[in-house]
Amino acid sequence: MYRYDEIDREVLADRAAEFRAQCARRLAGEMTEDQFKPLRLMNGLYLQLHAYMLRIAIPYGLLSSAQLRKLADVARTYDRGYGHFTTRTNLQLHWIKLKDMPDILDELASVGLHAIQTSGNCIRNLTADPHAGATADEVDDPRIWAEVIRQWSTFHPEFSFLPRKFKMAVTAASADRAAIRVYDIGLRLHRDDEGALSFEVLVGGGLGRLPHLSPVIRDRLPVRHLLSYLQAILRVYNRHGRRDNIHKARIKILVASLGPVEFARQVEEEWSLTDKAAVDLPDTELARIRAAFAPQGFETLPAVSTPFEAAKSSSPAFARFARRNVLAHKQSGYALVNVSLKAIGETPGDCSSEQMEAIADIAELYSLDEVRVTYEQNLLLPHVKLDDVPAVHEALAAVGLATPNIALISDIIACPGLDYCALANARAIPIAQDIARRFADPAQAENIGELKIKISGCINACGHHHVGHIGILGVDKKGEEFYQLTLGGSAEDDAALGQVLGPALPADRVAPAIDHLVEVYLRERRTGERFIDTFRRAGLTAFKEAVYAQAH
Amino acid sequence: MPKLIRWRDASAAWAEDPFTAVDDDQPLPRGEVILSFSRFQREGRALLDQGRHLGVRLAPDEAPEALVVDIPRLSVLAVSFPKFRDGRGYSIARVIRERLGFRHELRAVGDVLLEMAPSLIRCGFDAFEIADGTTPVQWAQAARRFRHVYQRAADGREPAFAERTAG
Repeated sequence: MYRYDEIDREVLADRAAEFRAQCARRLAGEMTEDQFKPLRLMNGLYLQLHAYMLRIAIPYGLLSSAQLRKLADVARTYDRGYGHFTTRTNLQLHWIKLKDMPDILDELASVGLHAIQTSGNCIRNLTADPHAGATADEVDDPRIWAEVIRQWSTFHPEFSFLPRKFKMAVTAASADRAAIRVYDIGLRLHRDDEGALSFEVLVGGGLGRLPHLSPVIRDRLPVRHLLSYLQAILRVYNRHGRRDNIHKARIKILVASLGPVEFARQVEEEWSLTDKAAVDLPDTELARIRAAFAPQGFETLPAVSTPFEAAKSSSPAFARFARRNVLAHKQSGYALVNVSLKAIGETPGDCSSEQMEAIADIAELYSLDEVRVTYEQNLLLPHVKLDDVPAVHEALAAVGLATPNIALISDIIACPGLDYCALANARAIPIAQDIARRFADPAQAENIGELKIKISGCINACGHHHVGHIGILGVDKKGEEFYQLTLGGSAEDDAALGQVLGPALPADRVAPAIDHLVEVYLRERRTGERFIDTFRRAGLTAFKEAVYAQAH
Repeated sequence: MPKLIRWRDASAAWAEDPFTAVDDDQPLPRGEVILSFSRFQREGRALLDQGRHLGVRLAPDEAPEALVVDIPRLSVLAVSFPKFRDGRGYSIARVIRERLGFRHELRAVGDVLLEMAPSLIRCGFDAFEIADGTTPVQWAQAARRFRHVYQRAADGREPAFAERTAG
């Protein structure tokens, strides 16, 4: 993986020093909260319902063992001994004291971590395929390009005060595991018959109040022009995006109002006038970054592992874990091992310091020192020898991290909701916990199969409810928490926005409603159909009737 | 104390401002003036022909490209920031410097605050009508706070990737 050099480290040190001085002025009363607010937000520090929340960037979801250990240490020393991994692959600490912030930033900087651009109307921390560098279905390692974008977008002088926040996702795989169609810019790498790499550029996706799936605005962009083309997109948006209405300020509204064809024309015109050589990276720098992601440390192994097969035969629990959480690696004899942060009854995405340390140890021993964060709020060990999977399973189980439920009904995305967030209308966490407890039986969950439930506590959609197979949106009805259900959404290759099922339900009826929806699916499904396939074939009516029958 | 800070040769200093900013409905004073874009379109060329030193003030929704013909004759371009969070002026400045090749004073006006200093300078501004009572010393510190930058802009600073190649 990419390791920060002296320049990268000095950038972080300068940033930490700057914020230390700003905090000192605030704590000495030389600055009001109003004056301080934009400065702290630029360092990822939000004021929430009960305390300050610090959002730490995890660029393209990639962590080394040392970085994860440091996060565990910071969470224990300065917070309550746990953190919350988000749908943007960041880590949030929800009980931070302002006086500790300068020291926290120094601690983070010591391992190449920071909270830069995790807030504000700037280019936010970007996400990438969590299987990068490990999956056979990719044409290149997308982390190379994610790192290129990370550097270019850091403290970009022109794009630090955009109309609204700006998020990008990049993948190089045929299967979309980065939700690229719901991002402001989604990038998908292609390789042509001659081996040349290019980007398919999608612009104007997003969730929130006005959800959009992004259109393609350029089919094939030669990769060497990535940064000049991004500059052109951002410049058109910065100059012409709406600033009169916060709800219409995202680039999706500009693209939708101009139409993708006209938007693309404006970008191409801007790009044609751009001095590309001044913006695009020279080959030497691209080669330097590419070298940092070259595969290292893999052994030549047979495709079939005797210890792995033996463990599957002897232990049903391990066999289930292997079926649900372990995926094929592009390297023979290796596997990707998903670490579910969705233990039944726990808060989705939460991870204790002890658990982080355990994962860091496991990664160091068994996964070439790497951990990934997925937008589905789980972690992933990308490079585990099949021979070692039984030991990894045992080590994970010892700290409550071997839940075999990846992509199943209890693998629920949930935002922090009204338990923490000042914007929320309703709680999300207890709803997720209710549903997970109801489907706690792993055999039943496996029989139901892939079913993605996504819960947001408000219309801002941090829990991606629009693109859940079942989406759940918290709404406020005269001071009471209600929940609007949508069906049929997806953030993957079959991306779609969900359809509203019917009137919103009170909290105690949500988990029973999920029961009814699952019953309809199990009754109606044909061989090989997932929940979403049955829904798409059979339509909304049967599901709706099952949930609202008692009301009539 | 004048409220104009000038950035030149990597240092900041107070500067006298010989230009008068003129509203659209105000009678034209003598001397050097800064006009709105629309007033410049009506009266500017005649004034330039008289030998007046002129500046033009662009609102964030006005395109600097429309000035391409007149730019060689202008002494100042002022770009307004109605609120500091309105970042259109940064793009406008880069177009003025890098695309239209304007070499004279490029002035930030409006809600111009110290925390904008690094971005303003990087995007090509070299004069600031400050709104927050800060000083040239503070502006110089803010401008030098980061030893490295990651991208080329209008200030000529070498980005990290060039430092790496050189170093």
